[in-house]
Amino acid sequence: MDAFLLQLAAGVATGGIYASVALAIVMIYRATHHVNFAQGEMATLSTFVALTLIQAGLPYWVAFAATLAVSFVMGTLVERLIMRPVQHAPVLTQVGVYIGMLLIIGNLTGWVFGYTTKVFPSPFEGHGPALGGLISAHQLGSVGVTLAVLLLVYLFFTQTSLGLAMRGAAYNPASAKMVGIRVGRMLALGWGLAAMIGAVAGMMVAPIVFLDPNMMLGVLLYAFAGALLGGIDNPAGAVAGGFLVGVLENLAGPYLVGTELKLTVALAIIIGVLVLRPSGLFGRIVHARV
Amino acid sequence: MEGVCGKPPIRPNPADASQPARGAAIRLRRYLPPVASLAAILAPLWLLEGFHLFQLTVAVIMALAVLGLNIVTGYSGQISLGHGAFFAIGAYVTAALMSHAGWSFWATLPPSAALCGIVGYGVGLPALRLGGLYLALVTFSLAVAVPQLLKHRSLEAWTGGVQGLFLSKPEPPPWLPLDPDQHMYLLAVLVAGCCFWLTSNLVCSRIGLALMAIRDHPVAAEASGMDIAALKTRAFAVSAMITGVAGALSAVTIEYVAPDSFGLPLSITLFVGMVVGGVASVLGPVFGGLFVLFVPSIAESISRATPGVVYGVILIVFLVGMPDGIAGLIRRAAQRIGWSAEDRTT
Amino acid sequence: MLLEVKGLKAGYGTAAVLHGLDFEVGEGDVATLLGANGAGKTTTLRAICGMVRAEGEIVFGGERVSKEATESIARRGVAHVPEGRGTFMELTVEENLRLGAHTRRDPKVRQDFERMCGWFPLLKERWRQQAGTLSGGEQQMLAIARALMMRPRLLLLDEPSFGLAPLIVRDIFGILRRVREESGVGILLVEQNATLALDLAERAYLLETGRIVLAGPAVEIRQDEAIRRSYLGY
Repeated sequence: MDAFLLQLAAGVATGGIYASVALAIVMIYRATHHVNFAQGEMATLSTFVALTLIQAGLPYWVAFAATLAVSFVMGTLVERLIMRPVQHAPVLTQVGVYIGMLLIIGNLTGWVFGYTTKVFPSPFEGHGPALGGLISAHQLGSVGVTLAVLLLVYLFFTQTSLGLAMRGAAYNPASAKMVGIRVGRMLALGWGLAAMIGAVAGMMVAPIVFLDPNMMLGVLLYAFAGALLGGIDNPAGAVAGGFLVGVLENLAGPYLVGTELKLTVALAIIIGVLVLRPSGLFGRIVHARV
Repeated sequence: MEGVCGKPPIRPNPADASQPARGAAIRLRRYLPPVASLAAILAPLWLLEGFHLFQLTVAVIMALAVLGLNIVTGYSGQISLGHGAFFAIGAYVTAALMSHAGWSFWATLPPSAALCGIVGYGVGLPALRLGGLYLALVTFSLAVAVPQLLKHRSLEAWTGGVQGLFLSKPEPPPWLPLDPDQHMYLLAVLVAGCCFWLTSNLVCSRIGLALMAIRDHPVAAEASGMDIAALKTRAFAVSAMITGVAGALSAVTIEYVAPDSFGLPLSITLFVGMVVGGVASVLGPVFGGLFVLFVPSIAESISRATPGVVYGVILIVFLVGMPDGIAGLIRRAAQRIGWSAEDRTT
Repeated sequence: MLLEVKGLKAGYGTAAVLHGLDFEVGEGDVATLLGANGAGKTTTLRAICGMVRAEGEIVFGGERVSKEATESIARRGVAHVPEGRGTFMELTVEENLRLGAHTRRDPKVRQDFERMCGWFPLLKERWRQQAGTLSGGEQQMLAIARALMMRPRLLLLDEPSFGLAPLIVRDIFGILRRVREESGVGILLVEQNATLALDLAERAYLLETGRIVLAGPAVEIRQDEAIRRSYLGY
């Protein structure tokens, strides 16, 4: 029973990370109806930036904030320079451009920061295990950070007029223009925010899995699974899906399939959701109009 | 749309073949390209040797794999980012049968292709229900998960687990005065040639046209009575078979299969090869295969990261600026100098 | 003059739809564009908003706005209620209205919510409901209210009666009459229902295949039997 609770707690901790990346994916999906295959690579790059800043002597939280700023700029630049020109291109072109971005960002990261696996510090180290030994200090801290980010994002989208304008621009760009919303800026802003959320996920997962240029590939797969499970156009669903997938992964590991097949579990969830319930657990079914 | 399916538009020609000189010119025009290509294909047998010939063999194999991908993604419009999985199945079936059961290479090709076809059909079924983007997502995930699956304990007896499997090239028959590398090149060219020929016929057939109709106007295609589901799943099966055969060839050429060589990078390489060579073109994969083999090895000399960066940049540049790839470029150049378009492209 | 349009040409791709229109809307006036399907009424509104490529001169409030982006024209005070209403289906009634006031920074926004509830009491009942769940008439009202939340100087209305039951159409035109009296907004109204439109408008323009074939005070056009017979069909 203890082992079960332990796995459950670990599942919630990693689930929070999947939930963040899933949220980033859903945000871009809602605005552009595309899945950013390079989301993981962007997050890894951000995490390397954070490591560089920490190694340069900045206190952790200062480096954290600076990394968020850098990630935001990176996200908006990617939208402006790469995605905007192919906004109206066919699906194949867009998917290809995302793959191109994945290659460029991933390899540049390796080029600049090297391919050796690096230790990434946790701001919560030095505190003993929490909750009666169920969960490490870092896991608890990262759940806290993740929940804080999710809460902030929620408040931003529901309580501020900028958040509302972004939702309007994502749902109905034509009408958004008619009420004077600068839709292009909203898109760039959305990309910036998504990159920031991804950066938080990267900095939270790096102390667990160690930092290397391919760190986020597995996370990205689980985030896909989480986003699809929750309904890919539903941010709250994606968050729930992310947590659920984290727990599933950690329980399936020891109890069902063994840890060597973790990625396959994600694949199975993705296929299962898409075949059995394409709109996700909480999504609405949208019928294509002819 | 010109030059669809290799039937160049008939041009009114005032002087027709009754004039002997003209007739010779026309005959030259008709027979020069195939003879020249045949010569170009066979020349490396004597011009190149050792490692260079091996590299060219791999390029031919990659071209074949890209051709498979092009059927499903280019012609049928179903985006696959995970064709490395079929390549892996083909390679592993051949490797396992050869090293465990002692089969000859030729004997392994049918089961290898058949298994890929069946799996491809199996993937094609759920793919029907998924829009372009979701299929891309699933196949992307598949590509990431492949090495893990290949390493799994339950398959270890057949796959050799993390270590992979070693095998050796088929020996050339005694009556053929070729060394194993030359022989392997000839084998690859022969198999690939058959597949290219079959594909170009398929693409030009009613089925090929139907596939393209479904890709471009699914509703209209369905309304005109095409069985979209059957066509799309079959396209997936054929595509998987061809890429699987390429995998089988690569196993014997490299004489080694290992799980980590069949991951996401391989699938992405095939995708890049398709885009650069020319989407929905039979000739395109040839350029794609040459590209993915030679460009990275040139770029690699600069740094480990450059092939990836170069791939990424070239991929985006082609998608945005030259969406019909090298094949399209050559076709347009050929039209400019007046040579009729032979490439079967839409 | 609030809006002056001279030599307006527009089209989609290679197909020209408008072949040089001249018309104007006075400050606080209602002008109506009448005409059959395909005459170019909707395209005219879209051209004013910068949603289709157009040639010619569009002067709004004394400034040339031709070739400006839709967002910028909206920010100048042109509110467009498009064909199909363009409500944000996934958002609530309240959020739709808040988006309408997106560009405004003045403190009177809250007051305007009350104003809309006064003009459109039905919306108040649906305040927290998703716009997509509203009936057609309610959505049309929401679309008009959202446009008015911009405090526009000019309201472009594209067939507000489209697809609605006659009673609801009467309600909506009643509300429009009240809105123009109380707010002084100028309106350019595109309508198939000529009787209703001519009752509300001061000036009318009759469009036929991309050209204005008749212009004049609404009263005169309404009373001219020959015009009614040949163009308006009633």
